[in-house]
Amino acid sequence: MTSLRGKTAIVGLGTAGMGEAPGFSALDLMAQASLAAIEDAGLKLADIDSVFTAMSQHALASMNVVEYLGIKPKFFDSTNVGGSSFEMHLLQATLALEAGLCDTALICYGSNQRTASGKLVSAAEPNWHEVAYQPRHPITAYALAASRHMHEFGTTREMLADVAVSARAWANMNPDAFARGPLTREDVLNSRMISDPLSKLDCCLVTDGAAACILTRADRARDLKQKPVYFLGGAGANWHRSIVAMPDLTVTAASDSGPRAFDMAGVTHSDIDLAMLYDAFTINTILFLEDLGFCPKGEGGRFVQDGRIAPGGGLAVNTNGGGLSCVHPGMYGMFLIAEAVTQIRGDAGERQVADCDVALLHGNGGTLSSQVTSLLGSGNTI
Amino acid sequence: MNNKADGALGPQAAYEAFLKQGRFMIQRSKSTGEYVFYPRVCAPSGAQDLEWVEATGRGTVYAATMKRGREGDTSIVLIDLEEGPRMMSTIAGDIDLPIGTKVAARVEGTGEQARVVFDPAQDKEGAQ
Repeated sequence: MTSLRGKTAIVGLGTAGMGEAPGFSALDLMAQASLAAIEDAGLKLADIDSVFTAMSQHALASMNVVEYLGIKPKFFDSTNVGGSSFEMHLLQATLALEAGLCDTALICYGSNQRTASGKLVSAAEPNWHEVAYQPRHPITAYALAASRHMHEFGTTREMLADVAVSARAWANMNPDAFARGPLTREDVLNSRMISDPLSKLDCCLVTDGAAACILTRADRARDLKQKPVYFLGGAGANWHRSIVAMPDLTVTAASDSGPRAFDMAGVTHSDIDLAMLYDAFTINTILFLEDLGFCPKGEGGRFVQDGRIAPGGGLAVNTNGGGLSCVHPGMYGMFLIAEAVTQIRGDAGERQVADCDVALLHGNGGTLSSQVTSLLGSGNTI
Repeated sequence: MNNKADGALGPQAAYEAFLKQGRFMIQRSKSTGEYVFYPRVCAPSGAQDLEWVEATGRGTVYAATMKRGREGDTSIVLIDLEEGPRMMSTIAGDIDLPIGTKVAARVEGTGEQARVVFDPAQDKEGAQ
């Protein structure tokens, strides 16, 4: 098999409308972020010859994107695996670029979910066999997973709360984060219960926001103005759609995507300087730390205690503040990429992780359904 | 497998028709013995020779949450059926049962509203 390691690189990054952007549509925000990414790369809109996108408010997203931006791509891909779509797009775009089907790929997302509805809305249709029980997805599904993890491993609400508290501590160093200010474990425990054991502060934000990046082949990347952030590896795994069909609610398919992504990237856990784990709910961070091998199965709750994943802890996790405290506009996967690129470039300001050369990004889609792991690296990794 | 509409109900429609009759039916492969729920046209092995059998109704709470709302709390649980498959359901009366509790199914409601709900197993036995 041809190795994809280091064959492509992110050379441009843009964000727009982070938090609240009243008066702008999802596509407006997508376009602002995309144009910012193109400018950041020192390229022109006309250079874009391939589009990779998924949107929570547009089912046929690539059509909307090419029309809005007025481009005629040679290759396009609207693979929608929920919030994990963009980690998958890194892999798909790398395949297309490496095959010579295109030269300059735009990966983009935008949503005005906060100002449009203010609710955590899923574009996914309900599962007919669940409808009679009126689950409030996605929260119900994640609450069920959390209940099982607590039952099997003694995970506590305090441990879940520590995930939210750590995310907020990072957000407090990120001027772009939507939720800033002090947050204690007691605040999380005392916030309104939504679906036991998850309270309001165990749940991600509902914000507006857009992000985009430009991916090109590594040989070309070195001639552009930004320091390239290389694609080192990626893999997806998907075992179910509805939570009733998840084989074991304490083991996600990240346990399959992770090892394959590590293998392609040729890195081990000790190489990881930053872990961006899709934290739609506090239980996610715990599950993904376990399934991606940062701690043994069942130990995730104890792992996150004592500030281990907070600023100054042993492992830098979700340094933008995550979906819990930075931004979560329907699908969050593109923002994992944005923060990883910012950190690897060394542009993260007060929250900068020292010598950030390797970042792991883990996207989650559906109800712990689609799991996609990607690894990005600095020039030092090539 | 036939490829003509022969008037037979598809899996979802058949399940719902049984429910309207007050019956909780699940599928089983004649050749492999695999049980299937939610209803579909094949078992995990790919076997398509599925027949409908009465569920025993015995199960165990696998995961549980209480959805909090203005109109009150709603129990939502995943139940591991004795036959193997897992289903989403609710504990009747929206009571909070610990994971691992043995439960028993019954069909609640009529017509389009008919659905399978679960009671604690010992309560049901006590009532019989």
